[in-house]
Amino acid sequence: MKPHAFDYVRATSLQDIFGVLDKHGDDAKILAGGQSLVPAMNMRLAAPRVIVDVNAIEALHGIAVVGDMLRIGAMTRYVEIAASDLVARHAPLIVRAVPFIAHAAIRNRGTFGGSLCNADPASELPACVLAERAVFNISSSTGERSVAANDFFLGTYTTALEPTEVLLSVDVPLSGPDSRYFFDEVARRQGDYAMAGLAARAEVRGGVLVDARLVFFAVSDMPLMVSATAALLEGQAPGSVDAEAICEALIQNVTPQQDLTTSSVTKEHLMKVLTRRAIAAFAREEA
Amino acid sequence: MSDRSAVSVLDTPNSYIGRSVSRPNAKRLAQGRATYVDDIMLPRMVHLAFCRSPYAHAEILSIDGTAALALPGVLRVVTMADLQDYCTPWVGVLDHLKGIKSAPQWPLANGKVFFQGEPVVAIVASNRAIAEDAADLIEVDYKELPPVTDAETALDPDTPVIHPELGDNLCFERSIDSGDVDAAFASAAVVVEESFHFNRHTAVTLEPRSIICDYNPADENLTLHMSVQCPHMSKHLYAKHLGLDENKVRVICKDIGGSFGLKIHTYSDEMAAGALTVMLGRPVKFIADRLESFVTDIHARDHRVTAKMAFAQDGEVTAVEMDDITGIGPYSVYPRSSGIEMNQVVNLTAGPYKHLNYRVRARAVFQNKGVMCQYRGVGHPIAVAVGEALVDKGAAALGMDPAEVRRRSFIPDDAYPYTSPSGAIYERQSHRQSLDKLVTIMDYEGLRREQRALRERGVYRGIGFASLIEVTNPSPAFYGVGGARIASQDGCTIRLDPTGGITCATGVTEQGQGTETIIAQIAASAVGVAPGQVRVITGDTDVVPYGGGTWASRGAGIGGEAALQAGKELRRNILEVAGAILQTAPENLDVRDGMIVDAKGFNERMPLAELGRLVYFRGDTLPDGLQPELVATKHYVSRSYPFAFTNAAHACLAEVDVETGLVSLLKYWVVEDCGTVINPLLVAEQTRGGVVQGIGAALYEECLYSPEGQMINGSMADYLVPMAAEMPEIYVDHVTTPTETSELGAKGVGEAGTAGAPGAVMNAINDALEPFDTRLSHMPFTPDKILRALGKT
Ligand SMILES: Cc1cc2nc3c(=O)[nH]c(=O)nc-3n(C[C@H](O)[C@H](O)[C@H](O)COP(=O)(O)OP(=O)(O)OC[C@H]3O[C@@H](n4cnc5c(N)ncnc54)[C@H](O)[C@@H]3O)c2cc1C
Repeated sequence: MKPHAFDYVRATSLQDIFGVLDKHGDDAKILAGGQSLVPAMNMRLAAPRVIVDVNAIEALHGIAVVGDMLRIGAMTRYVEIAASDLVARHAPLIVRAVPFIAHAAIRNRGTFGGSLCNADPASELPACVLAERAVFNISSSTGERSVAANDFFLGTYTTALEPTEVLLSVDVPLSGPDSRYFFDEVARRQGDYAMAGLAARAEVRGGVLVDARLVFFAVSDMPLMVSATAALLEGQAPGSVDAEAICEALIQNVTPQQDLTTSSVTKEHLMKVLTRRAIAAFAREEA
Repeated sequence: MSDRSAVSVLDTPNSYIGRSVSRPNAKRLAQGRATYVDDIMLPRMVHLAFCRSPYAHAEILSIDGTAALALPGVLRVVTMADLQDYCTPWVGVLDHLKGIKSAPQWPLANGKVFFQGEPVVAIVASNRAIAEDAADLIEVDYKELPPVTDAETALDPDTPVIHPELGDNLCFERSIDSGDVDAAFASAAVVVEESFHFNRHTAVTLEPRSIICDYNPADENLTLHMSVQCPHMSKHLYAKHLGLDENKVRVICKDIGGSFGLKIHTYSDEMAAGALTVMLGRPVKFIADRLESFVTDIHARDHRVTAKMAFAQDGEVTAVEMDDITGIGPYSVYPRSSGIEMNQVVNLTAGPYKHLNYRVRARAVFQNKGVMCQYRGVGHPIAVAVGEALVDKGAAALGMDPAEVRRRSFIPDDAYPYTSPSGAIYERQSHRQSLDKLVTIMDYEGLRREQRALRERGVYRGIGFASLIEVTNPSPAFYGVGGARIASQDGCTIRLDPTGGITCATGVTEQGQGTETIIAQIAASAVGVAPGQVRVITGDTDVVPYGGGTWASRGAGIGGEAALQAGKELRRNILEVAGAILQTAPENLDVRDGMIVDAKGFNERMPLAELGRLVYFRGDTLPDGLQPELVATKHYVSRSYPFAFTNAAHACLAEVDVETGLVSLLKYWVVEDCGTVINPLLVAEQTRGGVVQGIGAALYEECLYSPEGQMINGSMADYLVPMAAEMPEIYVDHVTTPTETSELGAKGVGEAGTAGAPGAVMNAINDALEPFDTRLSHMPFTPDKILRALGKT
């Protein structure tokens, strides 16, 4: 469990990062919190020739309201998110998710951007930003671009990022007075990747649910937005949703992927359990 | 033979025995100032990594190490052909396990590989990273052979034989048929039956297997810095197989980061390090990393059991019948064999009960998986879980309370000594007293009421009991009679130092369980000093008396008794000298808290430091003819019984979320009878740690294999160990039935927690699910299995 030999560059500006990425392409890796990259290197699942440490770059840190969005810097650590009043007020879904991520020591180092760029299908935050319809701000030596969350995740550990690009920050639409959230997961031990999890957001306007989004994680090769099922919630009073009908519709549309100890049917069952809980939570928050 | 007169050191007012003395070594460990093998750097040391088999069963056609050898920093690339002259093979059999057979094992694969992870090529390099780089460059051409992985079909005629020279895949078989089993079942009021799976799991010590082998060709001495439980055993084995004079081998074990039985076995990769240091004349370090630990450390359990139990109408257990098949991997592990675990299952199932009709057959079979061998609790968790599950199932069928069925079936507390149907002799146990205490401290009636009330609200809680016996303080009957040079006796040497402190060298070892603390308590009490005045030395074969080390819960009972006797001898010697100096009879004096005092009235006469000063530096002033002897050595071997059996009663309160299949353990209780409690804190720690490992077996831990024999969850991400957040509060209480075989009266306690917990957890889950008319008996109890049992998936 020793990594292959690699070079280490501590970037002090975005230009430094671009320099390394442009030169080495796929052979270079950005080091954020290192909580996924370093174990992968030790297990020789990843063998970058160069790692570029972006921890010192101010531009990647910080949480701020920008217009009608909450901007969270890629290098923001889980522990900072958990302690942030801004995130609690404007993006409560993300705050609710953080305690489910790993353990305290890992949350002290691990970063918001690192989790998203790592794109583990069992991770909590990718599902949250999808449910939030967040926007990814990405930069490279050739300029900046924005990518909708929906277009960012492409598969297991695969995103829309090019090898020469760096994630700067993510913009999350501000929570409104009508917003309702649900976050839960079923895991065998605290801090484990879940057997199944659900991040959900909806608005309640005029006494009915609108714009509901249900995003499951740990059930597919990427966070799974179930739009057709969510659409069935549209226009229903939160307290009188027929949860069973929604669950039935849900499993008509998806077949979850099994993992080492959890079969597909178990995951299907757990997705229904989580869906019922989300519906109940929407109703409870309304009351 | 016991000497428990009024003046026993156990009872003196300044005895430290029975007190919760905290561990002197805890600070060092907590502050990261321990010395593990990997912390040791020797001059000219080289590092070892292995190219390991990716297949479970294959023939090696060719090995090409050219590219690896060309890598800068690589010193040697070695195959078994290169080691032939440096190491002899070993076979893991014992004479007293009749018919047990196994194949020879070598430091590196010798033509064929028999499990995934078996070392094939050794790479010696200037550091481990380079050695790993080189391992990636080695090309081995394999011809895959059909893997035998399923224990249940390993003996089928059409299953390939793993070692053709052995004739079949049967390693060891043993059966017992005692009493009249058929008649007992025929006349039973109730018969219950169940099939069980006991998952394969592994020890996952924080410190992995670690060794530095340092051969000095000039004086032909071999020094081994090892993370091992039995230094003297290792000394013998390395001398024997490397062809060295045993007298020239020294084993040093400093701090050890957990062992749990993992570190009492012979491992190929470690022996390869031994062969290589002799070949190279340089120190060779091998530290198993976590990934190779998962596939090469011994695994545990892996049993398939079918069993039935007969009951009389009044609830008494009248007969037991069972069949056990256990998959042990491709070899019986050397030198203790992989037959012992199964043997314990045969000996101990339903051990607390007085049924005399007992029929059991057990078979250990070879497979192309990692090796299985002794791990904390050896066989006990299976024996206990099978017996206790059947008792619960029988109680349900009889409509009786499970605690009551146990009470009626226990060997009565006054029926000892008692010979079990397997021939085991129990000196004295306290099942009934322990269970009675257990139900009191847990408020059993209150919990039952709460359980009923909560069920109304859709909350499903269950209470599971497990009563058990545990083999501790083994005599030579365990290994010695089988021809293995594994000492069951142990020794202790205690010296009075000029400062008045004492130095105590013991053959038992410290793995993190607190041996050094209890040895200090015993020695301090026996001599008459404070525990802080005792320096304890363990784990160096050049220094400590010859002994067995740590296994089979023997440290306190065997090593502790040796320390007690050595301490008493030293005290006698001290008093003789003191008497001569103070011109009084030794009987008139005593040692208390580092001071020579009058035996009556405790007037202070002379500090031990003063006695030390006179003896060591001013011998000229001593009375004529006095030759002080301020060192005492004593040894102890348990002989009057083959083992000191302990007993315990466990109970678990669990809640099953019938929506998610998750099990929460709410509380856990243990009433333990380990005889004399030397240190309640350490007994509680041992018990809790053991229970946690048993919970791991019941809920989380499993080495998952593909049908091809690939371990598919061999990392900490996928292999789930029990973690603090999920563990219940574990309450520990005691009943004390000292063994009469020693003055100390201590029996072992290291494994009982692990023995009881899987059964207690299983029973609690089944009790919780009682309204759903379903039972689970295939460990680990994952949400997947629980939801299936509930018909939800
Ligand atoms: C024991 C353990 C348990 C864990 N449990 C969970 C869990 O339950 N849920 C969970 O979600 N995660 C879990 N994790 C993973 C953890 O959350 C990681 O912190 C996270 O996945 C990666 O964040 P990081 O900052 O450590 O990124 P790193 O490990 O530094 O990087 C991860 C990847 O993202 C890339 N990257 C990082 N930042 C950028 C950027 N700004 N632009 C472009 N690419 C970038 C890196 O190059 C790398 O490929 C666990 C980790 C451990 C060790």
